[in-house]
Amino acid sequence: MSERVNSAWSPSSREIQRRGERKRISRRQGVIAAVSTTVVLGTLFTILVTSPGWEIVKKTFFDIDYGREVFPTVIAGLWINLQLTFIGGFCIGVIALGLALLRTTKSPALTPFRFLATAYVDIFRGAPLILIILLVGFGVPALQLKGISSNVIFLGTVAVVLTYSAYVAEVIRSGILSIHPSQRAAARSLGLTSGQTMRYVVLPQAIRRVVPPLLNDFVSLLKDTGLVSILGVTDAVRAAQINASRTFNYTPYVVAAILFLLITIPMTRYTDRAIRARTNAQSSEGAI
Amino acid sequence: MANVLELDKIRKSFGAELVLDGLSLSVPEHTATVLIGASGSGKSTLLRCINLLESIDDGQIFLDGKEISDPLINVDEVRRKLGMVFQSFNLFPHKTVLENVTLAPIKVQGKNKDEAITATLALLQRFDLADKADQYPDRLSGGQQQRVAIIRSLALNPRLLLLDEITSALDPVLVNEVLSIVRDLKSDGMTMVLATHEMGFATQVADEVCFLESGNILERGSAEDVLHAPKNPKTQEFLKRVHQAGRL
Repeated sequence: MSERVNSAWSPSSREIQRRGERKRISRRQGVIAAVSTTVVLGTLFTILVTSPGWEIVKKTFFDIDYGREVFPTVIAGLWINLQLTFIGGFCIGVIALGLALLRTTKSPALTPFRFLATAYVDIFRGAPLILIILLVGFGVPALQLKGISSNVIFLGTVAVVLTYSAYVAEVIRSGILSIHPSQRAAARSLGLTSGQTMRYVVLPQAIRRVVPPLLNDFVSLLKDTGLVSILGVTDAVRAAQINASRTFNYTPYVVAAILFLLITIPMTRYTDRAIRARTNAQSSEGAI
Repeated sequence: MANVLELDKIRKSFGAELVLDGLSLSVPEHTATVLIGASGSGKSTLLRCINLLESIDDGQIFLDGKEISDPLINVDEVRRKLGMVFQSFNLFPHKTVLENVTLAPIKVQGKNKDEAITATLALLQRFDLADKADQYPDRLSGGQQQRVAIIRSLALNPRLLLLDEITSALDPVLVNEVLSIVRDLKSDGMTMVLATHEMGFATQVADEVCFLESGNILERGSAEDVLHAPKNPKTQEFLKRVHQAGRL
């Protein structure tokens, strides 16, 4: 394909006219958007600040000085959430991939494991995370097993990993099943074994396809690590709670919420962009 | 001349539908066997059975005298000797052209990576695709994709090449660039079994033409005989319809 050079061309008078029209249309649309935004946000803001309880809410939820004071303890707690997210995320990835592969395999030797994997997914996907955290957090130490730590951070992470592995396994499995059988036929006809076909042909495409839902799960994971606070782990949520109950000022909750948002929003934006960049490189249709 | 492929009374059904009804065929070395027939006559199923992508209900398949329809056979080893090209190309979209072609030589034949790349680049060069080596399949035209798919199956030096309506998904303008590769391979002495609707092309490459109808070969012989002087009324009827569609 040869690229033709676009030189020695000046727009026709009709084109110049059209550009003028387009500019006028877009200016008008800009004005409409600005007016609409001002009206809607202005109304919401007015409702908020004229509400009878606004003065009290402002003091108890948006106390900037108190927010500044509790900031170091909340951010220290957030560090626990981040550690839990990354260490947990890694374990979840490994376990979920194993579960997904087990559930899609046809190998007769793995039949019992396939049943176990299915049962595992059914149980941990069906039970509320908070119950699993309580059961693991209080149940495992009660067993008094030697060699198993009764550290609450460790047990909380285990509970989160158990539940999320089931979810992520299903996401990966749906990705594997979404790859058209013709891809498998092509790989097998080249003499690749079923294992090689999975590893080099099916899985890379499947994972790429499920990156957006996996990212959703990763953001959920970061938020749900806050639930381990019920075991007494001093994470961001717990740190905020301690400070809030000490003074009956709820600003620490707002501080914690803002800190979570500061991490999750850029994370989703970044991955959206990464996905788009890769789609564009592989497919001409992705550019549309 | 030894037969590369021998089919003996192949029977295959999908549920209640009988697709292949005791079909027999011999393919001598260095020859091209062309399967013609209406859609649903069993051409694709036959090729998929030869490649062991479908298991047969009865009959026997021999490759170089060895029965490959034996359930104890190592199917991966058999498929290594068979190249297959599909109607819908089936390139791996997450791999570049070069990676698509080198995957099997490296992973299946255990070839050294540099060696595989050199061999692949030579093949791409030969078929005018050298400048596409680092492109992803979606950036190529249908004709280019199908040529890459053919090269991908050639990279394993197959004993027998199976081509399943490889130009049916292509723009008429792009058909010829794909067919000319097959002509080249034919003059190199590649043994082939191909299903096609391109009768002109069939005349050029076929050593034997087989007309399939409801799961069996109704008429077989040289391209001259079957395509230009068919004896069976059903073959005549089929060719008349093809002719009316402007494909002869």
